[in-house]
Amino acid sequence: MLKITGISKTFNQGTINEKVALNDLSITINDGDFITVIGGNGAGKSTLLNAICGTISVENGTIELDGKDITHLKEAKRAKYLGRVFQDPMMGTCADMSVEENLALAVRRGKQRTLKWGMPKKDREVYVEELAKLNLGLEERLSNKVGLLSGGQRQAITLLMATLNRPELLLLDEHTAALDPKTAEKVLALTKQIVESGNITTLMITHNMQDAITYGNRLIMMNAGKVIYDVSGEEKKNLTVKALLEKFEEIAPSVVTSDKMVLSAGTKSEEAQDNQNQDSAE
Amino acid sequence: MEISIMTALNQGLMWGILAIGVFVSFKVLDFADMTCEGSIAMGGAITAITLQAGLHPLLAVLFSLLGGAGAGLITGLLHTKLKIPPILSGILTMTALYSINLRIMQDRASITMLNVKTLTSGLTDALVGSGLPYKYGVQVSNMIIALIFVGLVIGVIYWFFGTEFGCTIRATGMNPKMCRAQGINTNTTIIVGLMISNALIALAGCLISQMQFNTTVSMGTGAIVIGLASIIIGEAMTGKKFSFWAKLAMLVVGSIIYRLVITLILMIPGFNTNDLKLLTAIIVAIALAIPAIKGGAKPLIQKFIGKKGGNENA
Repeated sequence: MLKITGISKTFNQGTINEKVALNDLSITINDGDFITVIGGNGAGKSTLLNAICGTISVENGTIELDGKDITHLKEAKRAKYLGRVFQDPMMGTCADMSVEENLALAVRRGKQRTLKWGMPKKDREVYVEELAKLNLGLEERLSNKVGLLSGGQRQAITLLMATLNRPELLLLDEHTAALDPKTAEKVLALTKQIVESGNITTLMITHNMQDAITYGNRLIMMNAGKVIYDVSGEEKKNLTVKALLEKFEEIAPSVVTSDKMVLSAGTKSEEAQDNQNQDSAE
Repeated sequence: MEISIMTALNQGLMWGILAIGVFVSFKVLDFADMTCEGSIAMGGAITAITLQAGLHPLLAVLFSLLGGAGAGLITGLLHTKLKIPPILSGILTMTALYSINLRIMQDRASITMLNVKTLTSGLTDALVGSGLPYKYGVQVSNMIIALIFVGLVIGVIYWFFGTEFGCTIRATGMNPKMCRAQGINTNTTIIVGLMISNALIALAGCLISQMQFNTTVSMGTGAIVIGLASIIIGEAMTGKKFSFWAKLAMLVVGSIIYRLVITLILMIPGFNTNDLKLLTAIIVAIALAIPAIKGGAKPLIQKFIGKKGGNENA
């Protein structure tokens, strides 16, 4: 269980570029939750993830993981509990290392790294088995450089690296946004498969409202550094893109007309209905 | 003639260790570390003092390694803890080392080590005793010792970068953000990487000074460029399928070729050793400019051979 209590973060404080990214935000993520996070540009979604990871430090508030205060724990130490997949497929892997070497780095996340040989042969079977589950033929490319693989394949490997050691929490930061629609769909399906088979608590940022509704058991909407909408269970299942947009308009009317979130749902607010039908048809 | 070729080979082997050190910081860690110029002179300074004190030459090796590692540690701390950019961190340590090296050398800018026991002196005596003329004896024993150290360094570095911890240093140079997400403390890996790099460079300084029976406080000037020249030449000859140890060996080969080329150029009447650094800089500049020259020359070449369009993939 991850318990976030009243965290705040302001970038460029005291300057003309001052930007409140997180504003007294509180949320509790229960074990087994698969939460999708939506919100406009600058709503604080990525900042929230970075705060959980320790990439940025928060100004006040606390972050507790299973009752342990990790607010001031160093990023590398926290990684023991967290699996992460970035938006940029190039970011999650080492291009000049082989698939096997990348996985070998990941399998020791949170463990002491010693002077033992880094790629023991006995681990290879595990990698082959896990890669085969991805169904991308990667199990035959163990010694290939990751840089030779496609964006989708790299993202799938990053996903595997994040979950090879079961994390307490899996953090996905728009991890399909840089992929073409078909590949994105595949990677999302893989995500679902991995998350469900491992029963991994997951926080997934997405800019695609339909995905946010389709995946996960809980949906939160962020605006101006706060969680403005938190829905789960049956209520979430029955959501539609249109209802979500209306909700958004109702809560944060100023943002809707100009925002990327709206555009990336493939719609302008007045055309929401038509496009929603289209979305569900897809 | 054969003596100068042998000297070039020996120089190439010893400076090859420096090339491996520079490779570790510049290529593996992707950290443009200028400490190098100070740490190689430090290796020489420590060695001169240790040998003059009558201590065992292997202790000089040990102290040089430690001194170099210390220099790397300072640069690493300046960068990781105090957030000073890599190049400046290295320059600061390098500048500080100039004074420190003079202190180590007891305020002398140059020390000549005659009549002291060096790593090679025992072997030289044995060879000369068996009837080899002295000038060859020195070179042959230098070469044997140099080969042993080069072999050891390649072996140890190959092993180390294959270990769990060594892999994290390689990964840090490629993708630090990913490393932190995988629980790797990149400050630690950068610091350890720089310590290893500079320990090797100081070892090179130690061996070179023993081989030349002399060390100067300014022996490091241009050392980075020499290291880079060796890396460029070595990498140019490295195939894609080469394993890591072969790549390391090619750095030493690169260093040897560099020395041979320089030796041959210096044999041309009109050149003398003072031109060495200028020639080095020119070689490195040309090597670095090759991609640009190729790109710039392409339209010209196409114009001459009358090809239209050309190879768009190139």
